[in-house]
Amino acid sequence: MKVLYFAWLRERIGVGSEDVTPPETVETVGDLIDWLRGREARYAAAFEDISAIKVAVDQEQADFDAPLAGVREVALFPPVTGG
Amino acid sequence: MGVRVQEADFDVAAELDALGSLDPDVGAVVSFTGLVRGSGITAMTLEHYPGMTEKALEAIKAEAMGRWPLQGATIIHRVGTLAPGARIVLVAVASRHRGAAFEAAEFLMDYLKTRAPFWKKETAEDGTARWVDARETDTSAADRWRTGDAKAS
Repeated sequence: MKVLYFAWLRERIGVGSEDVTPPETVETVGDLIDWLRGREARYAAAFEDISAIKVAVDQEQADFDAPLAGVREVALFPPVTGG
Repeated sequence: MGVRVQEADFDVAAELDALGSLDPDVGAVVSFTGLVRGSGITAMTLEHYPGMTEKALEAIKAEAMGRWPLQGATIIHRVGTLAPGARIVLVAVASRHRGAAFEAAEFLMDYLKTRAPFWKKETAEDGTARWVDARETDTSAADRWRTGDAKAS
């Protein structure tokens, strides 16, 4: 599965995208964030305030409880500020 | 016409002419142009999510076309590094009458601001850069267009 990060989340984690293979116990986007947090300090720091994070699953807006089964791409980013 | 994400500037007059000449029944073209506010900053950099951005803008346009009797709509959003005063975004719609055109243009901007994956970073005069925070007023502006059967997202 591909995970993408944007804006300050990308800067804090240090990469814009990466391929990850989480264990089967990681069933939702929320589980994925918890799993990423446990990997390294930079992830823990980036995901310190989860209320500041938005989610897209396969390029559609989604929630933390969105399931990951069959998903190709998960994007995590701060609230959008275009326009 | 249509939806575009690009680094290049755009020609507002040409875009409005294209919408106005779509159909002899077009009686109103309403547009909004967003600019980089220059006070205290030397540059604005826009990041986006290629792929999702275009899909999100197409979905927003389709929703506007479904909700108002429009002959056409244009959404152009720039990305990359922009100078103060530069154009960032254009939304424009063509309709028979001004009421629908005014409403649809405002709807497009309100939804774009809360649903399209763009992020702004400002560079200040002292060289420091900061990500622009999302504004609660943008969320409430978008929420007023929610209809009873619209799915929450």
